[in-house]
Amino acid sequence: MTHISVTVDGTAYEDDVEPRLLLVHYLRDRLGLTGTPIGCDTSNCGACTVELDGASVKSCTVLAVQADGCEVTTVQGLARDGEWTPLQRAFHERHALQCGYCTPGMIMAARDLLRENPRPSSDEVRKALEGNLCRCTGYQNIVRAVLAVAEETSASERQSAQGQSAQEVTA
Amino acid sequence: MTDQAVEPEVGRARLRKEDARLITGQSNWTDNISVTGLLHLAFLRSPMAHARIERLDVSPALERPGVIAAFTGRDLADGLGSLPCAWPVTEDMVLPDHPPLALDEVRHAGDPVAVVVARDRYAAADALEAIEVDYEPLPPVLDLEEALAEGAPLVHADKGTNRAYVWPLRTGEDYESVRQRADVVVRRRYLQQRLIPNAMEPRAVAVAPLAASGEYTMYSTTQIPHILRIMLSVVTGVPEHKLRVIAPDVGGGFGSKLQVYGEEAVALAVARKLGRPVKWTESRSEGYLATHHGRGMIQDIELAATREGRLLGLKVDLLADMGAYLMLVTPGIPILGAFMYPAIYKMDAYEFNCTGVFTTRTPTDAYRGAGRPEATYAIERAMDELAAEVGLDPVEVRRRNWIRHEEFPYTTIAGLTYDSGNYEAATDKALALFGYDDLRAEQRERDERGDAVRLGIGVSTYTEMCGLAPSRVLRDLRYSAGGWEAASIRMLPTGKVEVVTGTSPHGQGHVTSWSQIASDVLGVPFEDIEVLHGDTQAAPQGMDTYGSRSLVVGGSAVHRAAEKVVEKARKVAAHLLEASEDDLEFKGGVFSVKGSPEARRTIQEVAFETFTSHDVPDGMEPTLNAEHLNDPENFSYPHGTHLCAVEVDTETGQTRIRSYVCVDDVGRVINPMIVEGQVHGGLAQGIAQALYEEAVYDAEGNLVSGTMADYLVPSAADLPEFVTDRTETPAASNPLGVKGVGEAGTIASTPAVVNAVVDALRPLGVHDVRMPCTPERVWEAVRSAQAGQKKEASA
Amino acid sequence: MIPPAFDYARPTSVDEAVRTLADAGEEAKVLAGGQSLLPLLRLRLAFPELVVDVGRIPELRGVREDGDMLAIGALTTHHDVVHDPLVRRHAGLLAQATETVADPAVRHRGTLGGSLAHADPAGDLPAVVLALDAELVAVGPGGRRTIPARDFFADYLQTALAPDELLVEVRVPKREGWGFRYEKFHRVAQSWAMVGVAALVRRDDGHLAEARIGLTNMGATPLRASASEEALAGAGDAEAVARAAQEAAEGTRPSRDASASPEYRAHLARVLTKRAVLAAAGMG
Repeated sequence: MTHISVTVDGTAYEDDVEPRLLLVHYLRDRLGLTGTPIGCDTSNCGACTVELDGASVKSCTVLAVQADGCEVTTVQGLARDGEWTPLQRAFHERHALQCGYCTPGMIMAARDLLRENPRPSSDEVRKALEGNLCRCTGYQNIVRAVLAVAEETSASERQSAQGQSAQEVTA
Repeated sequence: MTDQAVEPEVGRARLRKEDARLITGQSNWTDNISVTGLLHLAFLRSPMAHARIERLDVSPALERPGVIAAFTGRDLADGLGSLPCAWPVTEDMVLPDHPPLALDEVRHAGDPVAVVVARDRYAAADALEAIEVDYEPLPPVLDLEEALAEGAPLVHADKGTNRAYVWPLRTGEDYESVRQRADVVVRRRYLQQRLIPNAMEPRAVAVAPLAASGEYTMYSTTQIPHILRIMLSVVTGVPEHKLRVIAPDVGGGFGSKLQVYGEEAVALAVARKLGRPVKWTESRSEGYLATHHGRGMIQDIELAATREGRLLGLKVDLLADMGAYLMLVTPGIPILGAFMYPAIYKMDAYEFNCTGVFTTRTPTDAYRGAGRPEATYAIERAMDELAAEVGLDPVEVRRRNWIRHEEFPYTTIAGLTYDSGNYEAATDKALALFGYDDLRAEQRERDERGDAVRLGIGVSTYTEMCGLAPSRVLRDLRYSAGGWEAASIRMLPTGKVEVVTGTSPHGQGHVTSWSQIASDVLGVPFEDIEVLHGDTQAAPQGMDTYGSRSLVVGGSAVHRAAEKVVEKARKVAAHLLEASEDDLEFKGGVFSVKGSPEARRTIQEVAFETFTSHDVPDGMEPTLNAEHLNDPENFSYPHGTHLCAVEVDTETGQTRIRSYVCVDDVGRVINPMIVEGQVHGGLAQGIAQALYEEAVYDAEGNLVSGTMADYLVPSAADLPEFVTDRTETPAASNPLGVKGVGEAGTIASTPAVVNAVVDALRPLGVHDVRMPCTPERVWEAVRSAQAGQKKEASA
Repeated sequence: MIPPAFDYARPTSVDEAVRTLADAGEEAKVLAGGQSLLPLLRLRLAFPELVVDVGRIPELRGVREDGDMLAIGALTTHHDVVHDPLVRRHAGLLAQATETVADPAVRHRGTLGGSLAHADPAGDLPAVVLALDAELVAVGPGGRRTIPARDFFADYLQTALAPDELLVEVRVPKREGWGFRYEKFHRVAQSWAMVGVAALVRRDDGHLAEARIGLTNMGATPLRASASEEALAGAGDAEAVARAAQEAAEGTRPSRDASASPEYRAHLARVLTKRAVLAAAGMG
């Protein structure tokens, strides 16, 4: 057994775990955070994607001991006081999910993309999601949802930039 | 309340009620189920395609830490019968035993031989390695034609044959005489590769026993909680009324969860034996062996036609790979296709023959489309070949043969009555959206230029039969159950509504669509409606979700049940308003007396009155509920035209989809957003069959494409943007005018894509590329066509 | 599936790591990012007694200049390699090829050193370091040694590293002014390369002065397309490049598997070499 301390979705945990315990099993079976599902055993499907210290990882391909001292964010840690994040809203509004099994991983992967590239093209979105498989949607509405968030963000940035330059003019 | 016009719910792109928990990680997948004292199961599976079990000793597993028990098939044989096949397609079908744990022989790689019960999943996985098994290898049976040859090794030696059944259909004139008078005969062989369904949620089952009263609650990743309950009670002897089956959130199925699986039966048997709760979750690579596959056919198709391209007759010979056992509807899958080979075309003769063949591979069964994609593929590929043969554009050859819109209802050569459709309208719309003529012009220009990257254009004008199914038709097809669906509606005292449906959604959005249907009939707000499903206690009656049946059969049941509620409410309202029923109007949830609109009662008020039952008509039962069991009068027949443009790099053989346009006619649309989503997903799976996916076996019968790294499920980066549109010809056979949509995209798209690939290469002398059209197969096809042409030239 | 049990060590320095490996003998496995090792463990294709997690050794991470070489810490993740300004400037081929490895989440964890030490011939980076003429620095109980990339890849999944040696650094000669291209051919975006071609070319006066070509998945180890390289010297137009590329499969021994036959792989090597060189030379 190896002792680990991990912060998951803002809560600190201390546990003794077998070194072979997969992070995703730690989340699901030990912490009861079942919002992150498992879809494969070869790190192809991406259903289990979470953030480890702010970068997307496949939690089925990370040992819990490797997460020692790290911060993990899962889909369950995104909404604040019941308020969904823009990606969650966009997935809902663009019908970017059907059975919903890939959705947590898809949202985490899309977050990662938008952090690194806030204005992706449609092709860039598709490329960034290549490690997350969905069997229901044909991906089209997922791509639309991610693009919608990117547009929203840049529109609001434009607005605030305009506001700022207006202020500069008056000043 | 005012009498303002209420916008109907049906037809609106309502956002889904289902989404909230799915996007926040609060969904309830079967693997999430945890109860006190839960034990975990792991299955030991055969590493060989075919072998005799010489020795099997599970006792060493018991020595491993955390292990509670380990069982062989013999240990559980008492109270664990053969897994069921509900579709004996012929009277003399060969039906082998299918023990949930293999007893003497294993018949496919992955056939389970033992089960371990341990305190956690890690301990269970470890203990499998301690089990001792000696296998005596037997010859694998892999080739469908060789399997039928005299003296071939047998999958089931006691049956004396690998032939499961022969199922013929002959309609219209005698095919041979029609063939005699044909100018053109096109004969082709197509191979339907095996596919692995790959629902994103792997299978899982959990059973919680209440030992004292002999009651069991099963959670399963199933599409069919109701059928599963019946079948498991037969298999295990647990009385049906003591078994509750719950399908919690289910992460996709595509037919793969339309099954009664051995693991479900074993989990129930172990829970009964130990009196303790158990759970099993498959890993993806385990599922590739243990969850049924789809397709797997050799199709010989022959068209007889005039030189003008008019079809005279059609002959189809199928060899269908059953795999090692006949599972729930394994034998019936190709038979569902039997009626679809004639597709949308008129002809004088049809001859069909299907032989089911046992092999030492994972059993096949329903996979999105189930028989109809195979049929549509063969006929739509062959129609292109006919077009090439008689020198017509592929769209034109279809036009010359299809049923014209004024000919509906039309009884096809296969005996189906298509109630409605308009192939001309859908095709014209699709051609315009696609820019067909411009693309053809570009194709000619590039062809003349000798472009190494060739443009190909593929068309598929499909229809399909779905909305399974009229019970009497199912009787005639020798299916063991009916095809009805149940719905009941309860208006609660506070005016809220519970809709109980027998369908069992796993991504299709029934909760949203059923709310829209009920809202319009009842005049109750969409938000005030809850839909209960997927639990044999909450929704005791139903025939579940598969075959694009839920809306057509189950949605119609909801509609009818809601009408019954209104009928009863009308009686109560008339009583309360002291008016005759005929004098009442019902609009927007309000009953009012014609001519005196101030005399009114809302349906919610009526619901409360029936709840108190203080003042209802004499003899009327309390509360405002109704139930409807809907047995459909016909299948539904969605149709449409799909067009695909591909760029084929003849140097590497790589195919890239450049554009994809489809115009589908799924009748009246309840929720256009959901319909579009169904089409997108269907396209992705159909394209995947055309270009990417194949369950590959080696000569020993091992699954080579055994993990998700080897079996190529396409990602967003591998699929194009789709252009989807619709025509709307209401179905005449159900009150909503709806047709199924779940499988249409899959059925239509595969031939559209392969037709495009072949179209790109036809001027080079290529007439076919085997699916999936891998770069190597395309390269090889071009190479051998060129070699053939050279040979011809030198001869 | 579930990994078999193993003991776990997490050294905090290279010396400690090497000592741990030396003590464990043959039965230890080094865990870097784990993106190759963990799937093997989950499928129970590997049964190490000890897993030595080198992920917390800070000195193994990062990119620095060292004269006319770039020194890339073995533990530098694919993601960091792709985005590193030094790598992009001096070893653009490596950045470009690394961007095609797996998917973004895997690239956040997977490391350059891990990919090379895993030595999968279908992996993209072995052929790239071969083409780049990189040197691999290993530390063992006997100290530090530098292994040229051409000597590093011994066989299928086997390297010149001894069981008690740790790959600590990858040293890449700066190649400013060279054109480059990694042509990866695969059936779906996240599948392994059926064949990959890493091309580096130096142009001189409108001709190719020098070409260096690494081949992915054309044998049990990454290979150089030496015959094509020789034939490319002096090539002045696309036709000459195409002719030289015809020799790309000389001396290779591609395997047969579910995704391709040896003949097809050889054909792809020729086509992709042509394309990679043309693109690298700006002649495409």
